[in-house]
Amino acid sequence: MKSSAMVTPRPAREAVSNASPAKVAFGGVSFSYPGRQALSGVTLDVPERRVTAIIGPSGCGKSTLIKSINRIAEIGTEVKVEGRVTIDGQDVYAPGVDLVDLRRRVGMLFQKANPFPKSIFENVAFGPRIHGASRAGDLDQAVERSLRQAALWDEVKDRLGTSAMELSGGQQQRLCLARVLAVDPEVILMDEPCSALDPISTARIEELIEELRERYTVVIVTHNMQQAARVSDRTAFLLNGQLVEVDDTETIFTTPADRRTEDYITGRFG
Amino acid sequence: MDSRIESKIGKAGTVPVVPGAVRRLRRGRWREVFIETFLRLNGFIAIAAILLIFIFLFKEGIQAFRTIPAGHFLQSQELDFDNVPQTVRLWQPVGQNPKYSLIPLLLGSFLVALPGTLIATIFGVACGIYLAEIAGKRTREVIKPAIELLAGVPSVVIGFFCLATLATFVQDALGTTFRLNAMVGALGVSLVIVPVIATMTDDALRAVPGYLREGAHALGANRWETITRVVVPAGASGLVAAILLGMGRALGETMIVLMATGNAAQVTLNPFDSVRTMTATIAAELGAVPQGGEQYRALFLVGSLLFVMTFLINLVAELAVARMRRRLAL
Amino acid sequence: MKRRFVETIALALLRGTAFAVLLATILLIGSIVRGGAGVITWEFLSATPTEGMTHGGIFPAIFGTICITLLMIVMALPLGVCAAIYMVEYAGSSGLARVIRASVNNLAGVPSIVFGLFGVGFFILFIGRSIDRVRGGGLLFGQPAMLWAAATLAVLVLPVIIVNTAEALTAVPRSHREASFALGATRWQTVRRVVLPQARAGILTGSILSVSRGAGETAPILFTGCAYFLPRLPIVHLGVPFTGLSVPMVNPLDQFMELSYHIFIMATQSTDAAATRPIQYGTTLILVALTFILNLAAISLRVRYRRGLESR
Repeated sequence: MKSSAMVTPRPAREAVSNASPAKVAFGGVSFSYPGRQALSGVTLDVPERRVTAIIGPSGCGKSTLIKSINRIAEIGTEVKVEGRVTIDGQDVYAPGVDLVDLRRRVGMLFQKANPFPKSIFENVAFGPRIHGASRAGDLDQAVERSLRQAALWDEVKDRLGTSAMELSGGQQQRLCLARVLAVDPEVILMDEPCSALDPISTARIEELIEELRERYTVVIVTHNMQQAARVSDRTAFLLNGQLVEVDDTETIFTTPADRRTEDYITGRFG
Repeated sequence: MDSRIESKIGKAGTVPVVPGAVRRLRRGRWREVFIETFLRLNGFIAIAAILLIFIFLFKEGIQAFRTIPAGHFLQSQELDFDNVPQTVRLWQPVGQNPKYSLIPLLLGSFLVALPGTLIATIFGVACGIYLAEIAGKRTREVIKPAIELLAGVPSVVIGFFCLATLATFVQDALGTTFRLNAMVGALGVSLVIVPVIATMTDDALRAVPGYLREGAHALGANRWETITRVVVPAGASGLVAAILLGMGRALGETMIVLMATGNAAQVTLNPFDSVRTMTATIAAELGAVPQGGEQYRALFLVGSLLFVMTFLINLVAELAVARMRRRLAL
Repeated sequence: MKRRFVETIALALLRGTAFAVLLATILLIGSIVRGGAGVITWEFLSATPTEGMTHGGIFPAIFGTICITLLMIVMALPLGVCAAIYMVEYAGSSGLARVIRASVNNLAGVPSIVFGLFGVGFFILFIGRSIDRVRGGGLLFGQPAMLWAAATLAVLVLPVIIVNTAEALTAVPRSHREASFALGATRWQTVRRVVLPQARAGILTGSILSVSRGAGETAPILFTGCAYFLPRLPIVHLGVPFTGLSVPMVNPLDQFMELSYHIFIMATQSTDAAATRPIQYGTTLILVALTFILNLAAISLRVRYRRGLESR
């Protein structure tokens, strides 16, 4: 990335700032793993039914930030969380929070597509099944709907019984998206979902994100600044675990307020 | 169904995706708690069973010191025919004046374990290198299962093989005084640990990333140079662990040494003498001792010592493996 | 040129040693097959020993081996697998969990005779005698018996089963667990629907190998229940109330004959070891065959399982 001119932000739809109610809100969040602090004092509002991109150099805490929303960050390790992470005003770290319900409401797409070594159908049906759907009709319907939403239905409708591991990388990632959509979440988190994909597959995922915006609140972590500029409404820049700046994507990429943001998006470091 | 789906985005919001979810959720939570409790209980029972071994063994073993002075586990005094006190290092737990020197037992154990480990290291490491670095797929699929089968042979079978076949063969070939001696036991024990060392060496070397080999070849090293200068050094900790674990097995092996070493507790450094190992002592005497007696406790002390020795060896081996994992960033 | 020469020689040596190990295996098995094949007849498999164990068959030993192995499986397998699932999937990675994992690992390498000591001291003299004291009426539990021998073997294979199961579980990629949790699956749903289906073959392989190890062990049962010679099978006839019928049942409080112990005792303690050599070879062959069947099953399962993993 040589200059900021290369990054063309998408045309502004409407001013997002303060127009949309916050779906997810971070209030002074500090997050530590044993011997390492990942986030310190992050305050950030994620507007409802918008795409919010999180950018920043490697190790700046982007992944931890979104994994703290559905509390995946704490799996298999001990963590310390200060401040509040809320969804619709409810603190997700409050005692007695039902993790199952939380994670049903917040879907997640990972850096590397991680379909289960099961059939395509079983992958998508996994969520509905664990949440109690058992009637074959319901499952069929949920699977078809989700695969259509993920624009994968036409490619796989004749081979729903084959292993998901036989799909291409891009198809696998869309299958994972279908798997997320099948549990009908409100928020969808994406942790660099295209980092392992070729440009064509990336473009398809980006098209899908465009459509998801209409119904879901999307938070996407990305290394790729063109991607952030193309798909997001709001962009937050994170550095060393601290939030440097958050604004409408157009503003961030044209007239950033902070010097460090400008340095980063123009490729001077990171 | 198609008619219900108007756009790709669909109408999921208006149709409950998961009928009956709330009702099931409540029942599911109880099941979750029940299952976790059940599994935890199993975990604790297993751990408790294992802890009991530690505790029980040491509890009985330490009691040996109540009646036997600590020095007697090294040597004791005995009057000879002229009533002159002589220092003796004997394991003779039965009789008027029982003697409990551990020295002949320790020597016996090491006279079997060290040559056994040495032989097994030569063959096992070579075999592991061959499997990991040289063998083609075909050969591998013959030798690997053969080694796994050898690993599965019960030790009493190898003991029987040593007693019935190998001992005669060794005596004819080397002309040893005793048909059953430490060397026969060492050869038998090496049959048990060659598979251990070979398999672990193979695993350790196969964990060495391919780019290291490619790098060496790209610099013009041939296969042998690649093996000795790059692959083996990278997997060295794994090899050390393999050899240590093999040694632990050799020290703890019971049936083979019981059947093949002649079982004479004596102070010797000659590997062609009959010896008696710590394990064989327990196996030979435990059946005849009264509970709670002095000899019973002495046997538990021998067991505790054996336990500590193998535990330490295994611990070092485990640290070595952990070190290799870290270094290769696995 | 010299480098080339060294390489050729060295590689040939390595190949030679590998084939030497193969040869040793073949010699070992070959000598046992050659010595034992002629002895094995239907009578040898189905009859009891006669004439001071110099003639007859080894049926009681086969029967005892099968009984004790099954009893050991019942005692150790479910416990070990559940404990491993708890340790890997639930206990997390706290300091205590790591210490426990390390000690279980280490116990898998503790000498089998130590377990024999434990079996005598703990099961027979401590537990058994305590039961007898409470129960009153003489020695019943406080003496060597199949129950205690199986329990000793169970304690021996328990760490092995735990280690093997834990290995199969940790081989399942972490990303699959994360995906499952992120979809709102509970821990048990994740274990049952994502982890166990993938680990099943590995767990099965490990379990068969552990069981085979237990079935071939001799040292732990030397003093916990094996008998030199028993003219009867360890069977008790239990009367069914009101019917006048009786049902034969294996009596876990009886002593029993066992293949590996039979080999040991015949080869070392019999009055004329040379005369009964054929019986010893035959018994050895049967034991080897038994453990080989288990091992072959495990190896072929593992080959299939590895192929499955690699195709992913």
